Amino acid sequence: MTHRWRWLLPMAALPVLGLLAYGFVLDPRSIPSPLVGRPAAAFTLTAFDGSPLALETLRGKVVVVNFWASWCNPACYDEAPVLERAWQTYRERGVVVVGVDMQDTPEAAQAFIRRFQLTFPNAPDAAGKVAVEYGVYGVPETFFVDRAGTIRAKHVGAVTDDVIRGTLDRLL
Amino acid sequence: MIPEIGGGALVVALALAVLGAVAAATGARTGRPALVESAQHAALAVYALLTGCLALLVYAFLRFDFSVRYVAMNTNLGTPFYYRITAVWGALEGSIVLWAWMLATYTLIVVVRHRRNARELYPWVLSVMLGVLAFFLLVMTVPAPVFQRLTPVPADGRGLNPLLEDSGMITHPVALYLGFTGFTVPFAFAMAALVTGRVNDFWITATRRWTITAWYFLSLGLLIGGWWSYHVLGWGGYWAWDPVENAAFMPWLTGTAFLHSVMIQERRRMLRLWNLALVILTFALTLFGTFLTRSGIIASVHAFTQGSIGVFFLVFLSVVVLIALGLLAWRWDVLGAQGELDSVVSRESAFLLNNVLLVAATFTVFFGTIFPLVSEAVRGVKVSVGMPFFNQVNVPLFLGLIFLMGVGPLIAWRRASLDNLKRNFLWPAVIGAVAAGVVWALGVRSALAVLSLALAAFVAATITVDVVRGTRARRRLGEALPGALGRLLLRHNRRYGGFVVHLGILVIALGVTGSQAWSVQTETTLQRGEHTELAGYRVRFDGLAASEESNHFKVTATFTVDGGHANGTVLLPAKKFYPQEQSPIAYVDYRLGLFEDLYVVLGDFARDGSQATVKLQVNRLVSWIWIGGLVLTLGAALAVAPERRRLV
Repeated sequence: MTHRWRWLLPMAALPVLGLLAYGFVLDPRSIPSPLVGRPAAAFTLTAFDGSPLALETLRGKVVVVNFWASWCNPACYDEAPVLERAWQTYRERGVVVVGVDMQDTPEAAQAFIRRFQLTFPNAPDAAGKVAVEYGVYGVPETFFVDRAGTIRAKHVGAVTDDVIRGTLDRLL
Repeated sequence: MIPEIGGGALVVALALAVLGAVAAATGARTGRPALVESAQHAALAVYALLTGCLALLVYAFLRFDFSVRYVAMNTNLGTPFYYRITAVWGALEGSIVLWAWMLATYTLIVVVRHRRNARELYPWVLSVMLGVLAFFLLVMTVPAPVFQRLTPVPADGRGLNPLLEDSGMITHPVALYLGFTGFTVPFAFAMAALVTGRVNDFWITATRRWTITAWYFLSLGLLIGGWWSYHVLGWGGYWAWDPVENAAFMPWLTGTAFLHSVMIQERRRMLRLWNLALVILTFALTLFGTFLTRSGIIASVHAFTQGSIGVFFLVFLSVVVLIALGLLAWRWDVLGAQGELDSVVSRESAFLLNNVLLVAATFTVFFGTIFPLVSEAVRGVKVSVGMPFFNQVNVPLFLGLIFLMGVGPLIAWRRASLDNLKRNFLWPAVIGAVAAGVVWALGVRSALAVLSLALAAFVAATITVDVVRGTRARRRLGEALPGALGRLLLRHNRRYGGFVVHLGILVIALGVTGSQAWSVQTETTLQRGEHTELAGYRVRFDGLAASEESNHFKVTATFTVDGGHANGTVLLPAKKFYPQEQSPIAYVDYRLGLFEDLYVVLGDFARDGSQATVKLQVNRLVSWIWIGGLVLTLGAALAVAPERRRLV
């Protein structure tokens, strides 16, 4: 191999390096949830303000179920204002945002709600059952349930205005 | 002040490393020793600065200086003393500091050792080492600054990842990084050989000890990682083919191939090109490993954080690979082989086959690791590659390697005669066959287990044959037995060090075989006072206790064991609840034994302590994996010891 062919040697590395570069545009944690396309599991909780909060009663509305915790910093702190904004913007159009607080103490959770002045219904998942039903791996995770009660999308990590807007516009 | 002093020192070190790398290269090209000397001073200064930075960071951790962001993120007032030291390398930024410091230490040793004995190559070696060091200093300055000021200074920190609160985390990263960074030295010599065109065997003899040292630390790092996984993670295993485990395993495979193929070059002047390619590949894979852990492109339990750091590593990896392979292509003409393969039945071909198998294993592990990326790129489908793929592909390759471990060291160079084969392998083959029969008669029906144990017996027998023969020869010269054996090992330390390492690998293979073939487990929920049985053990659930530890809340279950080697012992598995974690951390309890370990993991429990779910495992022969690691250590120490070969 005295001719040009030998330069193929370094060239051979290029596709592999290209593939690795391609990895940057992907998010390895966005694993498609097997729950997408399935009926959302029903749950009945008692909200922090004492009122009952049941998914069943929200049938006919688009529901954003957000799993959070006061100790989940910074992701939950980043998305709290986003969720409140979405609730204010979309409530007129038949959207409900529901917060489910996981593995938390009531005091810390309520301080969190006060801090961000959250007005959408929010309930502690004291027994941890709801989180198990939804296969929540870590907080925050957000599920989008359509009017028929079917889970249509799941978002892992802090939601952004764009994510909420894009998904809700699709479901409305 | 710590953030400013540390950050400033790193910028100065970066500038010095770049200047030093350029000075050494210019000095080599223009033949001006003064420039090379200034590069030496730069290396010394970089080492001093990095040592200072590391000390500063340790000091910040010990003093809970939360004005340093990294300290606040990885420790809190409850973190115990020892774990405040390990927290230094417990996350991304600090791990790079440790890495760079080791690299700087190695660079300094290169200066001390090779300044005089590697005249032509030395300036280039220094330049490459400082260049690599400069890259890591750049990472520490731009995308992963460890000395970042946090304002306002919080009253308490976030705390260390609880999984890292373990003694294994003191040694695992240290050993692993010593291995990873160690391969920079042979790589730098290879680059120097290519640049200067002095591609004869000098660079290989000069780096033999370096390669063994790096290889040994990498092996040790992998083993300690397995031990950590086994006794901390609570799934009862030591190896999961996780992408990042694979990333550390691949350079081990190519490094092992390199250790063997250099022997053929030394003896037969063959494989020059191949050896250079292997060392380039090994170094590139160490970088790939760091890239994989720190870029977040593949999901893994080991992944640090995401961020721009991945881009830095990928660009550097690309530059290294393209320059190195480019140099290889440029020097293609002078790299032609001088020797030729005389016969298929020879030591050369046994070593070649060993290399083929090791590289094939590397390729399959690499392919399995990046397959999720390939799949998503080509089909847009997310997949994960699990243990079955890796096991199915690699187990036959590893069995082949074990067989070659018996053949390679004893078969004749060039062309093995029938007599040579009979003399060396008749008895071992018989012993291997007998071992297979015995294992079968004992009731083992797994073909893989029988084959693996028979091969291990075969290899152990070849080693014994050789040692007995060597000792007997010395005895005939009138030496007493223990002395004869000792002198045999020491005088031919390179050969017998290799044998002892092989024995260590055999012992590890025994442990892996046993744990895969014979471990049993069960999972059950027990009321208080109830018991369950597994493989001769009766385990009774006696209740739960809660306690408040310095930095977490802990629920401990009490289990009393009857039977087996753990008779009468009380095991206390627990769940630890750290305020900063999303889910509780399991704390495993176990009784280790030579032949089997009893291993207890606490699952769910009732808050009132009336019932608990428990996972029981009886893991067979796992201890031999750790024992094998000790044997490997002895072998490696023997192999790097100064050669004392003289006329007897």
